[in-house]
This record gives sequence, C-alpha cells and structure tokens, in this order.
Amino acid sequence: MNGHLFTFANAALTALPSGALWWEQECLLCVSDLHLGKSDRMARRGGPMLPPYEVLETLDRLSSDIAATAATHILCLGDSFDDLAAARDMAPELTDRLASLMAARRWTWIAGNHDPGPVDLGGTYRAELALSGVTFRHIAIPGETAEISGHYHPKARLTARGRTLSRRCFLVDADRLILPAYGTYTGGLYCDRPALSALMTVGAQAILLGTPPRPIPMPRGDG
Amino acid sequence: MTVLPPQITTWFSTRGWTIHPHQQQMLDLAKDPCQLLIAPTGGGKTMAGFLPSLAELADGTHQGLHTLYVSPLKALAADIKRNLRTPVDDIGLPIRIEDRTGDTTATQKKRQRADPPHILLTTPESLALLISYEDAPRMFAGLQRVIIDEIHALAESKRGDQLMLALSRLSTLAPGLRRVGLSATVEDPSAIARILARHPDPCQILQADPGPDPDIQMMHIDEDPPWSGGGGRYAINAVLDQVRQHKTTLIFHNTRAQAELFFHALWFANDDQLPIGIHHGALAREQREKVEQAMVRGDLKAIVCTGSLDLGIDWGDVDLVIQVGAPKNVKRLVQRIGRANHRYNAPSKALIVPANRFEVIECVAALQAVREHDLDGDPRASGPLDVLCQHILIRACAGPFQADDLYAEITSAGAYADLPRPTFDRCLDFCATGGYALRAYDRWQRLLQRPDGQWQLRDPRGTQRIRMNIGTIVDADKLKVRMQRSRGGAPLGEVEEYFASTLRKGDTFLMGGQVVRFETLREITVEVSKTPSKQPRIATFMGTKFATSTQLSDRIIKMFQQDDWPDLPHHTRDWLHLQRRISRLPQRDRLLVETFPHDGREHLCAYGFAGHNAQQTLGLLLTQRMEEMGLHPLGFVCTDYATLIWGLDVVTDPAPLFQRDDLVATMDRWLSENTVMKRTFKQSAIIAGLVDRNLPGGRKTGRQATFSTDILYDTLRKYDPDHVMLEITRNEAMRGLVDFGRIEQMLARIGDRIDHVPLTRVTPLAAPLFLEPGRVPVAGLADQRLLDEEAARLMEVAGLSALAK
Repeated sequence: MNGHLFTFANAALTALPSGALWWEQECLLCVSDLHLGKSDRMARRGGPMLPPYEVLETLDRLSSDIAATAATHILCLGDSFDDLAAARDMAPELTDRLASLMAARRWTWIAGNHDPGPVDLGGTYRAELALSGVTFRHIAIPGETAEISGHYHPKARLTARGRTLSRRCFLVDADRLILPAYGTYTGGLYCDRPALSALMTVGAQAILLGTPPRPIPMPRGDG
Repeated sequence: MTVLPPQITTWFSTRGWTIHPHQQQMLDLAKDPCQLLIAPTGGGKTMAGFLPSLAELADGTHQGLHTLYVSPLKALAADIKRNLRTPVDDIGLPIRIEDRTGDTTATQKKRQRADPPHILLTTPESLALLISYEDAPRMFAGLQRVIIDEIHALAESKRGDQLMLALSRLSTLAPGLRRVGLSATVEDPSAIARILARHPDPCQILQADPGPDPDIQMMHIDEDPPWSGGGGRYAINAVLDQVRQHKTTLIFHNTRAQAELFFHALWFANDDQLPIGIHHGALAREQREKVEQAMVRGDLKAIVCTGSLDLGIDWGDVDLVIQVGAPKNVKRLVQRIGRANHRYNAPSKALIVPANRFEVIECVAALQAVREHDLDGDPRASGPLDVLCQHILIRACAGPFQADDLYAEITSAGAYADLPRPTFDRCLDFCATGGYALRAYDRWQRLLQRPDGQWQLRDPRGTQRIRMNIGTIVDADKLKVRMQRSRGGAPLGEVEEYFASTLRKGDTFLMGGQVVRFETLREITVEVSKTPSKQPRIATFMGTKFATSTQLSDRIIKMFQQDDWPDLPHHTRDWLHLQRRISRLPQRDRLLVETFPHDGREHLCAYGFAGHNAQQTLGLLLTQRMEEMGLHPLGFVCTDYATLIWGLDVVTDPAPLFQRDDLVATMDRWLSENTVMKRTFKQSAIIAGLVDRNLPGGRKTGRQATFSTDILYDTLRKYDPDHVMLEITRNEAMRGLVDFGRIEQMLARIGDRIDHVPLTRVTPLAAPLFLEPGRVPVAGLADQRLLDEEAARLMEVAGLSALAK
C-alpha cells in the first residue's frame, strides 16, 4: 500500500500517499479537513463560482483509500464540511455517494471550527474521541499528549539538487500528530510558520506526501 | 478641402508651420466613420488625430464629452495633455482637456463622470471601468470622436481586444461615433484597420511619408561578444563613447532584468559621471516620473530603457538609439529606431549591439531585413474569450441587458465579428452560472434572467468585485525580498514566485540596485544577505521572452548555408566554421539533432529554429516522450533556435521522438500536467472572472484557506473536460506560451529529414546553451527519486535515520 509506517503513542500507524492515516490494529482510517461543499459556500456568499466537483473528487479518493485498506471505522477529524449549510445543501447524488461509503461501516464525525454541530447524514458526531490510549480532536491543545489532530493543513518545502518541492505533510513529535488536509479545495500552511513551529517540539518530523510518503526533520521557522 | 477655423490657421502661420499633407487628409475625411493613420514618429501624428476635434470644438457650442483619446500608457496620456494644452491655450480655444488614469484622484474621477471635459485622455482599463457605471449612457451620449494612439501596440494584446469591446459599447451609447487610429509602421495596416473599424464600417488607411531610411548599423566593439547571455555588458565602454558623442541616447533592452544589469554595470564604468537614467515598467511611479521629467528638461545624456519607452512619448532631442540584444522582430526594431530624431524627414540613427555570438548572426540578418523593408508579423487570431467574459460582466455592472443586443454589439468589434452565437451563449452561461456540466449554482447564479428576458446581477453588490478585477494584464505572484535577520524595515523589492523557487543557496542576483546572495525561502519572503560580489550570477526577471520571428529565423538558417560569412566578425565566423567541421550547421528543411555526453549526463540538442516559446514547448514534449520511453530526462533549456535536454540515459535514435502524430498525442496528454498550461489557466481564469485577481496587499498567503488555481485546473480536467475555461486555456496556450503552431510549421518543414549526429563532447553551437538561464526541471519519476534521496540524507544528517524506520 505504499505508505510510510511509523510509531506514535505506542500505535503502529501508516501515513498514506493521499494524506489519510491508517491504523491497522483498529482497522481505522482517519482523514482530516475534507471541507466538503467549499465551492457551494463560496458561490452562496457571492464569491467565485468554482468548479463544483470538489466533493466528488474528495469522495473518490476517500473511496479508493477505503477499498485499499478495507477499513471498518472511518474517522473524519473535523472541518469535514466547509460549513453546516453546505452539508445541508449537498446535492442528492453526492449524499447518496457518501451514504454508500458509510454503509456497513462505523463512521465518526469529529467537530471542527467550520462544522461545529451535528449533520443529518448518519454516523456518530463527537467533539473528540479516545481510542486505545490516543485522543482524536480537530485542533491540537498545547500540553496534551497522545493526541491526533488536523486543522492546520500543514505542508513543507524541501530543496533537493536545486529543485524545490512543496508537499502536504503529516507532522509528528513524541506527543502529537497533525494530519494534512485531505479535501480537494484546501490550501496549506507551511510548517515553518510560527503557529506550527510553536506547537511541535524540536526533533519533530514532517512526513511529506509522495508515493510513498517520506519523513524529514520538520523545517522550522524559529531556528 | 476642409478649412480650419481662422484662429487655428493663424496660429499655424505665425509659427511658420504648414499643415502636413496627412494632417489635411485627416481633416478632409473627418466626417467618415473610421481612419487609420500610419506615420513615423515626429510626423505630427497626434496633431493629425486631434485637429478635427479642435476644429469642431472651436466655436464653443459643444456640450459635454466630444473626443475620447485612448493610449496604452498613462504617461502618454499625461504627455499628450501637456502637448495639447499649449496650442489650445495659445489659440485661446474654449476646450476643457483632462486625463483619467489609474493615477487620477477619486474626487477628480467622480467629477469627471458628472461633468465630463470636452476631451478626455485615458487608458483601455480606465475606459472599461467607465463603461461599467450605470451613468455611462449619460456621460458618453454626446461623444463624437475616439482617437486610439499607438494602436499597433494595442492591437497585439488583450488590452486592445478589451478596448475594442468597450468601443462597441460606446458606438451604441453614441451612435455616429467616429474612430481614428494612430499607428507606427506596421507590416499589415489592413489587419489593424479591421480591428479598429466598427464592423462592417469601412476604414480609410492613410500613409504619411515614411521619411528617409534609417541610418542603422551594428556597433563596432573591440571586445569579442560572450558566448551566451543577453546583457551586452562587454559593450559598456563602446556604448559610453557613443553617449558622449551624441546629445541624447536611448539604450533599449529586451527585458527589465537586462536593463537593470546594464545600468548597474554602466554605473561602475561611468568615470566622467555622465547623467544617465533608467526607465522600465517595474520601477515605482515616482522614480519613473523623475526620469521622465529629467529627460524632458534635457538633463540626461542617456536613458537605459525597455519597451516602456517604445511608445510615442516625446522625450526631447534624441539623436541616437542603441538596441542592446538582438531585436527578435524586425518590425519592433524599426519602430524603436523611429524614436531617434523627431525632426520630420531626417534619417534616424541607430546602432545594434548583439549581446552574444549567436545574436551577431541574428543582428546581421535583421539589418538585411530592415534594408529590404521586410517587416515581420503574425496573423491576428480572433478575439480571446476570456476578455469577452470579462466584458459581459462589465456590461452587467452597467445594468440589465438583452443577450441579443449584447451579441450584436460584440460582433461589431472586428476581432469578434466572426464570433458564433453558441460560443457567445457559452460565455454568457459561464458568467451567469459558471457553465459547469453539473448545474450546482442554480440558486447562487451570478447573473439572473428576469421575466422580461433581460440579464442582471443577482446581487448588485457584485459590481464591486467585478470592477476590482477589470483589466487583462495579470502579474505573476510576487514574493518580497528581505535581508536575513532584519526584523521589519522596508523590503528590498519583489521577485516572481516562480523565479524564487529556482534559487539555490548562494545564488547571487540583482535587487534594487545591489547584488544580494540568496539564503532561504521562508514562506512568503525571500531572505538574502549582503555579498561583496559585484557580478550577480543570475538575472532577476524570467518573465515573457519575445520569440524571434519566423521571418528572421528563416534568414538566419539561410545564412548558415553560405560557404563563408564575410559579413560576420571573425569571432563569429570562426565559430560557425568550427561547428561545420565538428558537427554540421542546421539546414532549413532538415532538423539537426546532436547527442553527446557532458558532465556525467547524456545530452540531446535539437535545432528547430522555432522561436523561444515553441522550443520551450518542444522541450516539454520531448522530455515527456523520453519519460514514457524510460530515458529519465532531468531537464531542459532552450533559446530561440535550439532545445537542449539532459537526462540519465543516452538517446540512440532520435527520429521516433519527432513523429508528428506522437507529438500531437503527447501534447494532449501533456496538457493536463504541465506548469505552462497551469499558468495560462490562471491568467485566463483571472481575466474571465473565475477567480479574483490578487490585488496589491490583498494576498492572503500563509492562510490555509487559499489554495492554488492548479487544483481548479486539475479538477476541471478530470470532471468537466469540455468546460469553456479549458477551451480558452488551450487556445491561449497554443498561440501564446505553447506556440504549438510554430512546432507544426517546423515539423511540416523537416518532414522525416532528421540528421542525427552522435558526438563525444559538446559542440560549438550547443555550448552557449549550457550557460543559458531558465532551465526547466522535468517533473517525472526522477522527482520521487530526488525526494527519497534528499529525505534519507536529511534524516541521516539529523541523526534521525534510525527513528524513521
């Protein structure tokens, strides 16, 4: 499955090329920041009318990750919807698509800042979830340990033989793991920005998405 | 013959002036709908355009706007205002003249709309904004004449298309509006006439006496030119000598970076402190204006400049034009030369400085072409659809409209005369709903159709967004450059994001007049340090390169077939002889392909002579094919005449790489991936109003909310491949950056006549390519390999390699 295997909080985890996290022992697939319905929200607010395909594209990728891992528990780590109205207004063909993915699987929606309330699409809605000693929540809390979160859309830059590569990435240190954004219409925040450099300890790694993903020492902005 | 009002005639005669024949002709034809005047600089062209307006306004009875003057440059509008003011005041004509550009104050602009002057001087963008206001019908109701200056420059760009669409609107608001175009020498006046006239009105073409042939030569320089590069710095002393011998010299460069570098070098060599200024589009307005004023006062001996000085501003007594670098295009060369000597009927004097050895050949070819009056030019394609989409939105800002009326109006613009109705409807649908196969925005449409069939904005507040995005010039994303470890303080300047991504630590480049050393790229800032080096290693500006024209390229290949080149300086002549001995010289109906190893990599050099953009595309296509064939290409670089590719594996038989059908098929697949297409998409998406322009200061970099337009491009390709934006992008790229047309021409020319010359080392003709900037890396399998290697190395260095397992 071309993933990068690593250990975090005594759990054997795999970073997948798509930016999903696979926890084999729990048969759990975790994805963060899907931002479904972003194009709808922008058009509604009088902004640009972007190609309205990001839900389809995101679900297509999620669907292949589910097929490849045969996951039985899908955990969406917050900001799954760009806002609650976007979740409500999803076209029937898209909600059908989502429903077919959710069928016969355990599905957990973690609350995010964009979707701070339950949606009427099935699954379980939680503020956070603790599982085998690990806590899943949307935004990392400084001082917490064994915590898996999203929110920041981390990405990192690497210069190799004169070429600069910029990739979405996982960030991991002894206490926390931050997932990259999985949604199609999402940008990123470079991990050398103060917000991320302050959160991650010295010695943290950035796992750059690729096939397979590769870890590097996390580029920092405070050095 | 139309007679001028007596006070104007008197003014002319008291100054001992007579009216030029073409000025009289313009007067005689003033009642006809459209004229195009082709005249050399200094031929009283502007006066010829304005005389009929002055005559019509002389009795003071006209109320409101009478004449609209549009020029491509703000500075030109200001200049014309000055030059028109003097005679109008001297004669005592009751005429109010004002300009309106991006620099005009808000109060002034507001007043101009309520109470317009008789003559308004403006730019295409300001005009587009004016017609977007609801009160446009009132403002333009009495408009009689519109004068478009330097129309040859506008006709080649989207700014011209936007302008002509605006004129189509004005012709509705002011029926009977007469149009005048003023142009420098061009190869095909009727093409411009077609764009200028309201379709199907006729347009009279008037040719002023072109004056004597210019006195133009290659500059004699003692030093040999370098093998590559475009700076022309070896000629500094010779240029300074010429500056000393003349009253005022214009020193033209092809790019801003070259102008900067040359100016920097001049400064070091300028021992007798000659007053020399620099002028180009990237400089701050205040700085440009200072130089312009000094120039007009006659305080400057010389001015180092770019195309920003191409246009007809009167800079006083210029008696020499120096063109540094090959002119790439004979027409532009002739137009530039015309800037010297504004006295009518005196020959212009010009010198060309080839910047490198290949350009020596190109300059000799260009001089031949000038002598033979053989101007080059490409046929103009039909009006671009992204500009059309913007125009539809601009029209919507001004109020509700019927689709039929707007279509009729738009097809009265020459460039859009052949626009099929279904294409127009698609563009209208794009503006209204996004035009997607998936009808997602029925509730959030931008334009709604009312019960009476008229289209209008769903939310009237949308006008603000549309107006902010007006314009067809899209600047590349820029990054600020700062000294490392300086907290706060003004940045040194800006560089293009793409340029920044190619920098390696230790690279030196010129920024704001000083040489700096690249340290690191930190989010949105390029961090640099001071360096004692006086020589920057790379140029700062990678932007658009003009491609050498087809006609000029043909002349060069023809020159190659000579047995000897007595016209060429010995260094260049010896170089060509050496190439002929070691390999061979390219021929017109054949394609020379050399392969050789160098520096641990295999190289392939293809001499297509198709111009920079097409050679670049050829590089992208060939490397794509090589990638598919498992030849591991790593990158390529190109010039106007050749593409050099390097990779891990040797190419033993290049012929299959150049099969036309395969290249076309590769083109289609490749379109989905390459960055040129994505950049083109971005530009068109901004112009068409799919995404917002990054306004100065409005860029939200570093926020996870923004994402790249590349994602939109990929998504459309995947889910809506027939979407109108993709069609626009493809058309744009084909004729612009991709220039596939010239590859087709080349392939048709060479057929299967490919001369493969395998060699053991770099050839004389290929050598300069190794020094060429603008290397393009190939994004292929080599990428993951680099990522793997570098990740492993970093982990090792950080002592983390065990941890990663």
